[in-house]
Amino acid sequence: MVPLSYYLLLSGFLFGCGVVGFLIKRNIITIFMSIELMLNGVNLSFVAFAAHWHALAGQVFVFFVMVVAAAEAAVGLAIIIAVYRTRETLNVDQMNLLKL
Amino acid sequence: MNPMLNLWLIPVLPLAGAAINGFLGRKSSRPAVTTVALFFSGAAFAMALWVAMQFSSLSLPYHEYVAHWIRSGSFSVDFAFYLDQLSLVMLLVVTGVGFLIHIYAVGYMWDDPSYYRFFSYLNLFMFFMLTLVLANNYLMMFIGWEGVGLASYLLIGFWFTKDSAASAGKKAFIVNRIGDFGFLIALFLLIKHFGSLNFEQVFQQISPISPETAGAGLLTAIGILLMVGACGKSAQIPLYIWLPDAMEGPTPVSALIHAATMVTAGVYMVARSHVIFERAPTALTVVAIIGTLTAFFAATIGIAQTDIKKVLAYSTVSQLGYMFMACGVGAFSAGIFHLMTHAFFKGLLFLAAGSVIHAVGGEQDMRKMGGLRSYVPWTFLTMGIATLAIAGVPPLAGFWSKDEILWKAYQVSKVYWGIGVITAFITSFYMFRLLYMTFFGDYHGAQVDAHGHGSHGGDAHGHGEPHESPAVMLAPLLILAALSLVGGLVGWGNHFEHFLAPVLGAGEAVEGASRGTELLLMGVSVAVALLGWWLAYVLYYARPELPQKIADALGGFYQTVVHKYYVDEIYAALFVKPLIDGSTRILWQEVDRKIIDAAVNDAGEGARHVSDEARHMQSGNLRSYAGWIAAGSAVVIAFMIWMGVR
Repeated sequence: MVPLSYYLLLSGFLFGCGVVGFLIKRNIITIFMSIELMLNGVNLSFVAFAAHWHALAGQVFVFFVMVVAAAEAAVGLAIIIAVYRTRETLNVDQMNLLKL
Repeated sequence: MNPMLNLWLIPVLPLAGAAINGFLGRKSSRPAVTTVALFFSGAAFAMALWVAMQFSSLSLPYHEYVAHWIRSGSFSVDFAFYLDQLSLVMLLVVTGVGFLIHIYAVGYMWDDPSYYRFFSYLNLFMFFMLTLVLANNYLMMFIGWEGVGLASYLLIGFWFTKDSAASAGKKAFIVNRIGDFGFLIALFLLIKHFGSLNFEQVFQQISPISPETAGAGLLTAIGILLMVGACGKSAQIPLYIWLPDAMEGPTPVSALIHAATMVTAGVYMVARSHVIFERAPTALTVVAIIGTLTAFFAATIGIAQTDIKKVLAYSTVSQLGYMFMACGVGAFSAGIFHLMTHAFFKGLLFLAAGSVIHAVGGEQDMRKMGGLRSYVPWTFLTMGIATLAIAGVPPLAGFWSKDEILWKAYQVSKVYWGIGVITAFITSFYMFRLLYMTFFGDYHGAQVDAHGHGSHGGDAHGHGEPHESPAVMLAPLLILAALSLVGGLVGWGNHFEHFLAPVLGAGEAVEGASRGTELLLMGVSVAVALLGWWLAYVLYYARPELPQKIADALGGFYQTVVHKYYVDEIYAALFVKPLIDGSTRILWQEVDRKIIDAAVNDAGEGARHVSDEARHMQSGNLRSYAGWIAAGSAVVIAFMIWMGVR
């Protein structure tokens, strides 16, 4: 039996990778993937805790997260395509219309 | 058991007329507006007559409860009506004279573009005045009191595009507000000390109180404050200044509101509160002194006026002074008697003056009239009757009531009587002066126009020959003239006083010995009336060059009288100017602009400065937002861990 802490460390590592990728990457696709990475890190801790405590709710929660992530991916990719068509770049530093 | 009188209908009928004409009148034709206005005011008059016919079979006072209004602990005020001999007299005067003036106004206002508005206001006035008269408590009386003030304001400023009319309306309203202030405080005192505003409940509690002969107490305070209110509404010194200016309104308004009915509300209120005044001799003395002084001073101002309506306005102020003199000497029924006869002959005088003004095409300056006798014979006849009546020539109405007042005043103090008689002389003089200047001698109007303005001779509506007014205006004149002729006879043998005795208390029986004195005094009043007539005849008919010489001889004093003793100027310097200066310099420039405005502006400026700094956080850069989110989450997590450790 693998101890719970291993799963949690892996989960924290995945989430940390996501955060760092989100903050340092300029390409919007990479940023998007970092978000997915964070979500999956969280999912891992969910299932780990669910298995550890024999609580089904955590597993069900993961399904919800996956569904939302899928929907978000669809919308997000559509936005990215729209942005690319109008601005012809995927560099977030150049997407600064909101700036004063 | 009393029959149902449905008294509430009497005020509500004119209100319905006001509403119909006010909301629908703009689109209606003139005959339709006329029908509505006359029907509803006439219906009120018919109901008043019907009530009067049933009067002998009623057990008085008659109460009619309509609805709750205010319930607060043990204090309650209802919408309820109250009818006794005093309110019946007022009811008949208001509806009767009011209806006649409505008829007159049809002719007078026919060409006015705002015909419907005029009648809507006039009906509204009737509603409030009848509420005032029929109320069974002070608060409802106060509604009527304020309401007639509103109607008065609207009608004085009826021709509001004329600057002087608009400011006259405002002046009337503001000056009245000063009086209302006193009235309101008197009401607060009544609530505090007697827990009620209902006439009967208040008077029941007051009647056992013995008169405050030594010094002044609560009742004196209430009485004087009520008198302050009456001073405003009834144009007494020191608040009479609004009434002469109120002549800017159309003439039927001057007749109805500023001569016959509204301005007598103060007299009615004082008579209604006689229980209070009888127990406050100091307050009564105040009333008598104010009344006597007003009667005298207003009469002297009336001598030197040249505007026909201004003469009548000062005459009204003076006659109201007589009424207060009567109340002040405890002769409330004499005051109400004079109120009634005054409503007849002063209403008639104003209507006749309106007919004269109508005849000469809007001119109001008596110096530009003269010789109108042959042009407007009916107007001359009725105005002559009214002049005789107000001058106190027997057996016309004014003689009986004025004589009654002077006789009662004589019994209290010969000073009041003396001033009253001098005033009667002045009254007779200025009224016959008006009559001679207007109707006798040569007509000056057309010539002045022809010479002075050349081709502008026909600018106003229908100049040319003065013409008699239409029948719709003459009929009310004739009816009022008949009333001025015989209206005083109800006072014959003290009938009127006996009629009002259940409300106002019986006057002391006249001792046999003083009968002779009464006749003597009567002779004196008649003599001064005739003397005034004779003097006016000499100065303004027989030797018309004399008045100018006398005026020159008097010099400064004459100028003072012409300028109404500079009272308006004194008030302007004492009250109005400091108020305006204080408002401008201190309240506006200092308080409003430097404190209130500055506070608001600085708050706005401050918010902008803070925001100017804070907006740099909004870089618009996505990655910096993400950084803020990450940093914020880190802080939250760190905080939670720290909390968990503790």
